[in-house]
Amino acid sequence: MQTKETIVCRCEDITLDEIQSLIKQGYRTIDEIKRVVRAGMGPCQGRTCRMLIAQELAKAYGVPVSEVLMPTFRPTVKPVKLGTFAGGESDAENC
Amino acid sequence: MQKTANVVIIGGGISGTALAYELAVRGMKDIVVIEKQYLASGATGRCGAGVRQQWGTETNAILARDSVKRFEGMNEELDYDKDIEFKQGGYLMVAYTPGEWEQYKKNVAVQHSLGIPTKMITPQEAQEIVPHLNIDGLIGATFCQTDGHANPFHVVDAYYKAASRLGVKFETYTTVTGITRENGKVTGVQTNRGDIDTPLVVNACGFAAGTICKMVDFDLPLYPQRHQALVTEPVEACQGPMVISLSHRLYCQQSPHGSFIMGVGDPNEPKDFNINSSWEFLEDVARQAITVLPLLKNLRVVRQWSGLYDMSPDANPIFDEIPGAQGMWVAAGFSGHGFMVGPMTAVLLAQKILGQQCFMPIEKFGLDRFRTGELLLEPAVV
Repeated sequence: MQTKETIVCRCEDITLDEIQSLIKQGYRTIDEIKRVVRAGMGPCQGRTCRMLIAQELAKAYGVPVSEVLMPTFRPTVKPVKLGTFAGGESDAENC
Repeated sequence: MQKTANVVIIGGGISGTALAYELAVRGMKDIVVIEKQYLASGATGRCGAGVRQQWGTETNAILARDSVKRFEGMNEELDYDKDIEFKQGGYLMVAYTPGEWEQYKKNVAVQHSLGIPTKMITPQEAQEIVPHLNIDGLIGATFCQTDGHANPFHVVDAYYKAASRLGVKFETYTTVTGITRENGKVTGVQTNRGDIDTPLVVNACGFAAGTICKMVDFDLPLYPQRHQALVTEPVEACQGPMVISLSHRLYCQQSPHGSFIMGVGDPNEPKDFNINSSWEFLEDVARQAITVLPLLKNLRVVRQWSGLYDMSPDANPIFDEIPGAQGMWVAAGFSGHGFMVGPMTAVLLAQKILGQQCFMPIEKFGLDRFRTGELLLEPAVV
């Protein structure tokens, strides 16, 4: 696989090569990788990359994906404007 | 895991990692850092990433002032392969009430006496710095250009890598289960992955410091307090400084990445280890932020999280040897401003532990102050 051209985190443009290199350096969980290169910190909050990184960790450590520690799933579920929280839908220019 | 060490540091946040580096760079060998999860997984990695020198107590102002100098040269000093993202866009502390303004005047006098270049400015001048600032009812503001932002994950990563190169061992996902003593002296640390014999232990684990102190039968006067924060989608650079409004309990800054990080303190937050996110916070912070910085109403929130302040009775840290456990030091109680002073508190503690001349009197941060009443009451905490 072209690891340098394969994007794992689309929000932050992180490649498979970067992820594999961090795992080799000893970053052991999705949480650690996220904090070092921002994979999973973008607008989609890891919807794409979380499981891809989990698979890479599972491969590297020889464990099932179910044993890879998942980061905490945090609100908000989708990006929402501050104005919506402050005064409801009608106060925010949501379109 | 190794069986012996000269010092075991408990806690892999800014305090523990920076201390490990400062001890190693001064020539100490066999240093082990134990962290329950991963580095910066506690308060450091959950903080608002602000670095300010605008404090009301001399101790905080000195620690922050000298830490700023360290942050300025940190990429080079620690030979970091990434960037700690130190951005000196300043801190704008806005006063909407006469009480705040009077307090800021006193704080600025302390800052000026220490050479911190804070300016007292008019509402119009404040709006020139932050064009989207609401100046209705604003009395004035204080601004210090050399304050700013640093990336807590990268700062810890930088200390971790530099310390590792000097031989420090980091044991992550390791839980301390006990501290052994003989005749009132510390002899070792027990963990779920084995025991380490050591004559020296530093308890640098923030809100968990009390739990560790209980292992040597000492009741540390700290309590945990949840603080919540959120981050928005990134947008083009439009806000230089961190804006703090104590009357709105708000802090809000734009990171170099473009996202806005903000939080509000909740005066009714119970003393508890709860770190779940709440919907009440989202509504509260949104209202406060939009009141002070109306333009932000169109920004989308992408994530909220929470962390714990390790609150001490005077909102200032405790550096001391634990009575009845010679060789066990505590460095905790930072009360929400441990990250920004971390580089220098680590230096201070390293100097003390190695018997070197301390750059400021460490005794002021001792446990004795809670008995004598000579507290370091800080008036400028969010």
